[in-house]
Amino acid sequence: MEVEFIAGHNLYWIISLLLLVGLYGMLAKRNLVKKLVGMNIFQTSIILFYVAIASKRNATVPVIDAALGSVDPAHYINPLPHTLMLTAIVVSVATTGVGFALLISIFRRYRTLDEDTLLKRMR
Amino acid sequence: MIEANLPLLVPLTFLIPALLIPLIGLRVPGAAYPLALAAVAASIPIAGFGLFRVIAGGPVSYTLGGWEAPIGIEFVLDPLASFLTLLVSVVSCLVLIHARHVVSVEHPDKRVPYYSLVLLLLAGFCGIMATGDLFNLYVFLEISSLAGYGLVAIGDKRSPVAAYRYLILGSVGTGFYLLGTGFIYVMSGSLNMADVARILPHILDQPPVLAGLILMVTGIGLKTALFPLHFWLPDAYSSAPSSSSALLAPLGTKVGAYVLIRILFFVFDPGALEQRVPITSVIAWLSVGGVLYGSLMALAQQELKRMLAYSSVAQIGYIGLGLGMATPLGFVGAVLHILNHALMKAALFLVAGNLRVQLGHSDIAAMDHRLSRQMPWSMAALVVGALSMIGLPPTAGFFSKWYLVLGGIQGSHWVFVAVILLGGLLNTLYFFRVIERVYLPFWRGPSGRAAANGGPGVVENREARFSMLAPTLILAAALLVLGLTSSFLVNRVIHPMIPAGLL
Repeated sequence: MEVEFIAGHNLYWIISLLLLVGLYGMLAKRNLVKKLVGMNIFQTSIILFYVAIASKRNATVPVIDAALGSVDPAHYINPLPHTLMLTAIVVSVATTGVGFALLISIFRRYRTLDEDTLLKRMR
Repeated sequence: MIEANLPLLVPLTFLIPALLIPLIGLRVPGAAYPLALAAVAASIPIAGFGLFRVIAGGPVSYTLGGWEAPIGIEFVLDPLASFLTLLVSVVSCLVLIHARHVVSVEHPDKRVPYYSLVLLLLAGFCGIMATGDLFNLYVFLEISSLAGYGLVAIGDKRSPVAAYRYLILGSVGTGFYLLGTGFIYVMSGSLNMADVARILPHILDQPPVLAGLILMVTGIGLKTALFPLHFWLPDAYSSAPSSSSALLAPLGTKVGAYVLIRILFFVFDPGALEQRVPITSVIAWLSVGGVLYGSLMALAQQELKRMLAYSSVAQIGYIGLGLGMATPLGFVGAVLHILNHALMKAALFLVAGNLRVQLGHSDIAAMDHRLSRQMPWSMAALVVGALSMIGLPPTAGFFSKWYLVLGGIQGSHWVFVAVILLGGLLNTLYFFRVIERVYLPFWRGPSGRAAANGGPGVVENREARFSMLAPTLILAAALLVLGLTSSFLVNRVIHPMIPAGLL
């Protein structure tokens, strides 16, 4: 039962691990660039989660295939989460861009991207 | 024709000029301000008509691209959404009138991006209010958040650091919300709020649904700065330029509170939820912490904007308390407090902006009684705002706290009642610390000579200019007017908002 619980959800375990790695990077790392890397890992894990819930066994891309017919949705994977994630990827890229812009601005003012040094120089 | 399009009209009035301003501003930087002000001013009648239409004839729904509701994206204006949209329009219009001079003093080289970001922020806010789709809400949340990071970063030397922290924590918040939405989508197969609300009672016992709810509430709690997820707020609000913090502080956290209301009371059924996970009680108890912590920290601050930021943490606690009680009167109190707090915080942040522009600082320790004669009107607005924050009748703040206390009594939450009253006492302490310096003659500023028992002498007039003073005074007057008309407001406007699950 317990083995099944772990083995049956391989993908979700990996996604959870990625999520935690990302959160750790964002909150615990002292280097501001590493925080941004953590943020990207965190957002990627969420995107992977959505992609994972869309998939089905023995199903194909959601374009109507004459051989499979258009009646049974079980033959096609769910396209909605993918389209949602296209939006989420755009958001993630935009956030990363704003993050880097802020980092450049911080570096120009304080000449450091290390949080401890930064806190000292801000005083 | 126009009526059916109402839900989308307000976000679009902000969104389209937001995209036009950088293009036009490239050639004519001076056009940015009139365009932004025109957009915001145009949104007021639209939002007002929306509210009138919704109160008179029930919710208006608009389906994007003609795809019907559960499949397509739906925009819905219901009483709560249309009311808060009007609030956002009115407050932002007053703040923008005030911002013109502040911007030209604080960051004149950045006015084109500033006005564009302001409109993007407002488009995000109004989109959040109007959308009826959980994922669409995420998109608007990110639009407003990204604009918010930019608005914070425009400020003083430290502001990029504060904006960066805000960005990291904000991304955690929106990420959690997105993940929670995924959980709900997996279990219910729908993203439309009304559709999800219909399906949820059948699947409420499934652990992923509850996990999804908790993720969403945590994520939005971060954006709302619900205690103990508030730590980004004081830095972000105090290092943002005055023109930005006057927009972000009254409106930003309120929008988060709106999302909490939408999810907890409209998508989920609070009664059925309470038997499974005590999420409303948890919010209420955390809010107790927020009220006490925010008030005590506000008491310790030496700078007016920072004090107001901590006071925001406390005031969000009041809203959280009203929601957490999950009683009809508590709900009325929470919604009324969203309205009142938006107006009083806007008024107080405008006063802080006036001080910064006229004196160059807003340090409480450097204020003395000459200020009451140098800037009599700004200080009068400060007093009205402070009285309203404390909750003295007939100001608006009294009535929201009154309903919160009634809600506490209705649900026999005696601890909450005690905390609301204690919070009012702490409010009195930290505001009178400022008012006493401004009005009583025995405080001296570090540079000023004592004028304790001398005559009035010659005091130069350093009052803010009319374009800054007028919005401040209108907001202060609105606090009195809203206080006097609050029974009308509660019966006619807020009462229809109470979700069916609470009655």
